[in-house]
Parts: sequence; structure tokens; C-alpha cells
Amino acid sequence: MNKTFISLLLALLLTACASGVKLNEVPVVDKKASSVSNGASSSGLSDINPSASSSSQQVQQPKSTVEPVNSLANENAPAGPANIEKIVYFDYDSFIIKPEFQSTIEAHAQYLKSNSRAKISLEGHTDERGGREYNLALGQKRADAVRQSLTLLGVGTSQIETVSFGEEKPAVQGADESAFAKNRRAEFFYK
Amino acid sequence: MPRFVIAFAALLGLVFGVANVARAEFKVEISGVGITQIPIGISDFKGADSAPQRITQIIAADLDRSGQFKTSKPGIAIDENTRPDFTSIKTKNIDGLLTGSVTRLSDGRFDIRYRLWDTVRNQDLGGQSFVAFTPDLRLVAHRIADQVYEKLTGDKGIFSTRITYITKHTNRHMLWVSDADGENAQAALTSPEPIISPSWSPNGNELAYVSFEGRKPVIYIHDVSTGKRRVLANFKGSNSAPAWSPDGKSLAVTLTKEGGSQIFIIDAKGGDPRRITQSSGIDTEPVFTPDGSAIYFVSDRGGSPQIYRIPSSGGPVQRVTFNGNYNISPTLSADGKWLAYISRIGNSFKLLLMDLVTDKVTTLTETNHDEKPSFAPNGKLILYATQVQGKEALMTTTLDGKISAKLSGQTSTIREPNWGPFLKP
Repeated sequence: MNKTFISLLLALLLTACASGVKLNEVPVVDKKASSVSNGASSSGLSDINPSASSSSQQVQQPKSTVEPVNSLANENAPAGPANIEKIVYFDYDSFIIKPEFQSTIEAHAQYLKSNSRAKISLEGHTDERGGREYNLALGQKRADAVRQSLTLLGVGTSQIETVSFGEEKPAVQGADESAFAKNRRAEFFYK
Repeated sequence: MPRFVIAFAALLGLVFGVANVARAEFKVEISGVGITQIPIGISDFKGADSAPQRITQIIAADLDRSGQFKTSKPGIAIDENTRPDFTSIKTKNIDGLLTGSVTRLSDGRFDIRYRLWDTVRNQDLGGQSFVAFTPDLRLVAHRIADQVYEKLTGDKGIFSTRITYITKHTNRHMLWVSDADGENAQAALTSPEPIISPSWSPNGNELAYVSFEGRKPVIYIHDVSTGKRRVLANFKGSNSAPAWSPDGKSLAVTLTKEGGSQIFIIDAKGGDPRRITQSSGIDTEPVFTPDGSAIYFVSDRGGSPQIYRIPSSGGPVQRVTFNGNYNISPTLSADGKWLAYISRIGNSFKLLLMDLVTDKVTTLTETNHDEKPSFAPNGKLILYATQVQGKEALMTTTLDGKISAKLSGQTSTIREPNWGPFLKP
């Protein structure tokens, strides 16, 4: 924002602070409902002084000055082993790795053990039902379950980071069970 | 429940014609009827046509949304220097009358004055004059509404405070700061990746939130007036659920760096987090009590997510919710007397309110996808996200659930609201 403008605003604000007068602090002299002139000259009303701007409150707030920011995400090119599934699916409200995904996990374990410099992020996801923060914690549990399987197979913990996207990154859109089932998952992301 | 909808857009169309076509549609939908609403007349301000904002309509919408007023339009312009003719106004069954004027100054600013009348005692309740540039005219209207609210209810008004929320358009995620009525929204952050859990700092200058722009949840602190932001927590694993301490010096956060989602406290300037909870399951969604001495949070340690309480230095944990098997997203009123949270009831997610003195729990809404409640700083309204006719919406409700209002503004996805603090004038 323009510096001159800010200085001007500050100056105005200071002026106002120095002499701000609340109108209702001025005692009301006459409360009779008679003889009210319809013009600027008030009779018996508490004074709202039209001419002296110093009696007015200068309105300044940070509200007019929200500075917009643009964030750029870093979408890295996927790496890691070819021809191995990179997604494990879960049942509703479950963190148990189903038997059909055991071979997928073993293949990743094999790759990580033979490539000790490879690093992986296990990304947990949930379906859209429930609170966003609680789903973030549930997705974390799924990623942690996959990590536990990998470490049991001998993968070093320093190679693995588990994170969660909760319900924020659904694989498919939709509010039916078939969509939910595809969204309850953990993904292998090689960094 | 009796239901009426006040569509100001229609009224404004008649009054102002096409003079203000550039303005966004201004529409407040209010449903429900309160028991003890104060009837108040909002007269047209003399010279109001000279201002590009519909000041009296903004004031009326504010007061209506509070649930404590029932506004009407006497249909006459009365300025602040004129004593109203109470004999005729009495017939309109109002207890208060707001009068005022708008004058365009030679430097382009506007001088807005008001005077509030007690029409039962025919008494002058005082007034004030504001001088403002065009961008601050809505703020002036909210300030006047605040003063009317305070003069007639004795409680501080919240209309000049700000809220934050998130929208999503295809793959564009945006963090917004708007007036408490959802209008005048300004984008604070635009990202190709999700943003969740924005939370106002106690001084109203900064937002803490969780951004996924680094392909994992990382907590940022963002100064909204400068756009400067910093990473608060980017530890191994997930970093989420930031909640400010009442003094603004530290935040409670959920980290998975030690395995599992656990609650830590971290200095607002950064540094080493101190672990508060110790469980093998999920502990998340912390929120400080107003005195900072304790933290309410969600844990599945009992088998299902429930709300618990722990001293903010750590220590013995006390369970707070016992009904139902899914209670999340706790938030506290500033006086510490009320706990609002979300409970799964059947297939619905409902906003509930617990009186922390009596433990009595009430349902507040007729909607079924309620999320992320937060109290107005005066504790008289709750802001929450929900769905209305299949579309995401932000709503406010009174604590008795009798008056709810859908905030206007964004039309598509809108979520994750958080009500900011009182701002220092």
C-alpha cells in the first residue's frame, strides 16, 4: 500500500484520537417534546457539532488493508518403483490393512530396502463424512498403519514420513459409498 | 417454526434503482422468531442517497441478525438534529428510533451522524458523528449498529468485527477476511492446495491456519494487513489444528512428530513445541479456556471421539461429553460459560450447545451438516458452516437457537469460518 496514504491515515487517526468527543457525553438540556426546529440549529438536543471536524471520529481500521498472497504448490514428478500399485484402500472407520494389499506393501518394502536413499511419504486420506480436523487425524492413522507394516518388513523409519490430507484431497468426487470407498486410502509418494 | 425471509435486495432495488449497480447483491435471510426482540425503527438518513453504501440497510440487517431486534422502516427521513414527532411514531409500536444524516464532504469523505431515541420515554439516547472514506462506510454502519445494540441491550455489539473463511473453486482455494455479515470479503491467500482451520489471533491482526501447499499439512501465521506470513509448525508428519492462547503468545497445535496425533503448545514466534497430551490414540482440535488455564480437545481414547479437558500445563484429563459416539470441534464462549461443538446424531452432524455450569445440552439448528462453530466475541451468536439445500453456507444462530441467519457473500463452496475478536477502535 502507498506509504503516503498510510501516513495520511495515521495523521487522521491521531487527530481523531486527540479530540474524539462522544456525542452522548454532552448532557441533554431539554427533553421536552416541544418547539423543535427542523433545521441545523438544534434546540435542546445533545450537540452533534457539524462544523468542527475534530469532534468527529475518524474511522480507520485494518479492514481495508488485507494484502492478498498467492501460494504456489510444489508438485514434484512422481518417482519410485514402476509397476507397483501406489494406493492401499481401507474400510469405513478402519485402519486395518486388508490382506489383498499385503503384496503391494511388500513390494514397496523391497524397493525401499534395496534403495536406502529413497524416501517416501505415506499420505492418508478419508472420505468426506465427519469433521475436517478429526478426519485429518484419521487419515494419519491410516498412513501410520502402512508405516508400521513397512517397518515390520525392515524398512528404516528415517525413510518414511507419514502425513495426512484428511478429507481434503478426494480421489473421486461424489457422496455415495462407491466414491467414499475410493477416497479412504493411503498413497505412497516417493520424494 | 414461523419463518420469514427479509430480502433487502428487493427493497434496495426500489429505493436506489440502478444508481448502485456495481454493488454486490445484499441479501440477509433470517429465520425464526425471538421472544424478547426489541422493536426499533430505522428511519432513512437524510442525504443517504449521496453515499455509495446503503448505511441504514446495513444497520438494520445487523440488528436483525442479532436476534435481539425487530427492525422496521418508518419510511421517513429524520436527521439527527430533529426531534421526532413521537405521537405519530408511537402508533408504529417501536421502542427505539434511529435517525441520522449522510453528508458528502468536499474532500470526498462522508460525514455520517446518527441519534438514537427511546420512543417509550421520548428520550434522546445520544449519537455520534463519523467521518470516513468510501471503503470504510460499511464499517461506519457496523459501528452505529454496535452502538445501538450496546445502548439498548447493555452488551457490546459485534457487528464491526471480522470473520474469516475458506472457499474452493475447482482447484483454487482461498482464505478470506470479511465483515461479520460476510460482506466486503477480501482475499488473504490464494492457493492451488487446500487450506483449513483458520483461527484469529486475539489481537485480530493475524490468522493461523493449516495449508497443504507443501504436500503436507503445515501451520502458518499470516499477518492479514501486510500479507507477511511465517511457518509456525512444519515438523515431520502432520501439523494442524492451531488454537491461540488468550494472550496470543503461544498456540496449541496438533502434531504427529512423536507418532499419533497429539497436542503440543508452541510459542507464537516458533521454537520447540511442548507436548501436553499423552495418549496412544487421537488427540486433536485443542481450544484454550478464556483464562488460558485449560484446554478442551477431542480424543478417541475412550473408543469414540469425545471432548475432554486438560490443564494447559498438562495433567489429569477430564471427559466432558458423554452422549453420542462422535463429538468434535469444541469452542468456548469468551465468558467460559458455554461450550459449542458438533455431534453426529444418526447421519446428521449437528451444532450442540452445552451449559458448562449445568451440563445441559441443547440442539440449535435445523440443518444437518454443521461444522466448525465459533462464538461471536460477545458470546451472543455462534457462527458455523453447514449446508442449505445441498449447498455449503455460513450461518449464525443465537444461543437459544431461535434466530438463525445465512450470511451472504460467496455462492459456491464456503467453509471453515472463524469469528475474530473485538477490534480496538
